[in-house]
Amino acid sequence: MVEIFVLAEHRQGQLRDITFEMLTKAKELTGKINACLTAVLLGKNIKEHAKMLAEYANKVLLVEDEKLENFNSDAYQKVLSRLIMEHKPALTLIGHTSYGVELAPRLAAALNIPLATDCIDFGFEGQRFTVTRQMYGGKVNAKAFLRKSESYMVTVRQAAFQTQKPQPPLNGEIEEIPSPLTEEITTKRFLEYVLPPPGGVDITAADVLVGIGRGIKDQSNIPMVEELAKSLGGVLACSRPIVDKGWLPSDRQVGTSGKTVKPKLYLALGISGAFQHVLGMKNSELIIAVNKDPKAPIFSFSDYGVVEDLFKIVPALKNKINEAKAQKAA
Amino acid sequence: MDIIVCVKHVPETAEAELKIDATGKGIEKAGLVFDINEWDDYALEEAVRIKEKFGGTVTAITVGSEESDSTLRKCLARGADKAIRLWDPKFAGLDAYATAKILYSAIKNMHFDLVLTGAQASDDGSAIVGPVLAEFLGIPHATMVKKIEFGEGKAIVNRELEGGLEERLAVKLPALFTIQTGINEPRYVSIMGIRKAMQKEIKVLGLADIGLSENDVGEAGSWLVLEKLYVPPVEKQATFLTGSPDEVAAKIVEILKSRGLI
Repeated sequence: MVEIFVLAEHRQGQLRDITFEMLTKAKELTGKINACLTAVLLGKNIKEHAKMLAEYANKVLLVEDEKLENFNSDAYQKVLSRLIMEHKPALTLIGHTSYGVELAPRLAAALNIPLATDCIDFGFEGQRFTVTRQMYGGKVNAKAFLRKSESYMVTVRQAAFQTQKPQPPLNGEIEEIPSPLTEEITTKRFLEYVLPPPGGVDITAADVLVGIGRGIKDQSNIPMVEELAKSLGGVLACSRPIVDKGWLPSDRQVGTSGKTVKPKLYLALGISGAFQHVLGMKNSELIIAVNKDPKAPIFSFSDYGVVEDLFKIVPALKNKINEAKAQKAA
Repeated sequence: MDIIVCVKHVPETAEAELKIDATGKGIEKAGLVFDINEWDDYALEEAVRIKEKFGGTVTAITVGSEESDSTLRKCLARGADKAIRLWDPKFAGLDAYATAKILYSAIKNMHFDLVLTGAQASDDGSAIVGPVLAEFLGIPHATMVKKIEFGEGKAIVNRELEGGLEERLAVKLPALFTIQTGINEPRYVSIMGIRKAMQKEIKVLGLADIGLSENDVGEAGSWLVLEKLYVPPVEKQATFLTGSPDEVAAKIVEILKSRGLI
């Protein structure tokens, strides 16, 4: 029976959400093409993970080896190449994460399997394998297809699919496979994790966040928005470019590579809304966005939108807030 | 240390309103400013800094039509010693995989200790070219690199993981690294510097020069073939607040009051 592979992603003893999101989507596809849903799990002392995956998959391929204890794309590539050549899955799914980005393109090139990255949807359509992915920071969607092949590979965007646990659980068989790694991997070695430096401000604890993005234009404009944040009893947060430029410390960054926040109010100023940022703030209770571009993706995640230059809105808003506070006090 | 930096000439779209063009497969380019891909900008800066510290050369290389020359000029002005542009009309329609093949065909004959690329391009966001190029060159790689240090025959790099976490890896040299934004602060290039770079040569190589055939490039040599572009469907549309800045501000304040936020 033809198989669909889903590579389980885990770190520091935790299976990561993307794994279950991919298994959920893969289950839908296996139903359509009558395939076996196979979770592939590499690591060391991870039998508990295998049991959990078995609830979501028809089969779990488990390879344990101390050389797989920490993620190393060179070690993963060797093991996965072997499994893919033996099982010839119709499709292999890998997360579009820091691990997947390191692993998938090189693995696909080595096996000459067509790959599409960062996909938000995909499937077999007639004779074709089609994918949907985003371009230009999420402003445009692209429908594309992969060159015809016996086997395809996709890296899947985080949170593109919502995990649904199969009812009843699939209770797939766990198949332990001896590790094909005979020698130490010397090209690339994992040394250690580096934790983010402890920050002065915990933005995850704030009720009100004023988030700033590229639209803030210059570091000299930061005090103005800082003041606005203060007048709302909140703190300043930001999207990635602000931290890259060194205008705010990294503990203020919201998004996949920063913090996930759920404040009562998230006021997004000059943030276009690339998914990396949106994933970190979309569950805020109230989102108000100000952006000059009426088609900025941020507006599809906001409760209220203002299409205007933030430099016109911020001073006006500060005045109105102060007026309202003065009225309340009086 | 001889370093090759792969760069891409892309439109700046972060703050622009985009329209899909008549072919349905591209965006309207009129009115858009083109520049070096942001991630590549950091990669180039990192290469120049390494050269300044350890000596050697920096070569900027791109796959693109004549318009890409301005990005290569910027690289030369920033401190690259040489610039190479790979282009042939037959390349049209190529994806990231075919791009990596083309880069490989040119780079395999060059001497290098290090190859740097951006972690991704801002237009297609594939994040494919770097690791595939490393596979073709048969050298180790690391992606989303935020710090590079050098040891005996190896580099120690920090890779960005999720949620602020990083990992440190030891990677044998020569190697390829894809660079994440924020690794450094790219220097400012003066108009004078760009003018001076205008006099430097940009070497242009076509299909035959790099020993590839028509089937290796363009759509035929690609993994991914684009069918159409469309505006993403809106899942949840914001209620737009309109009026003068004062009127909009008043409306926002009313909303905040009603939620007990003021």
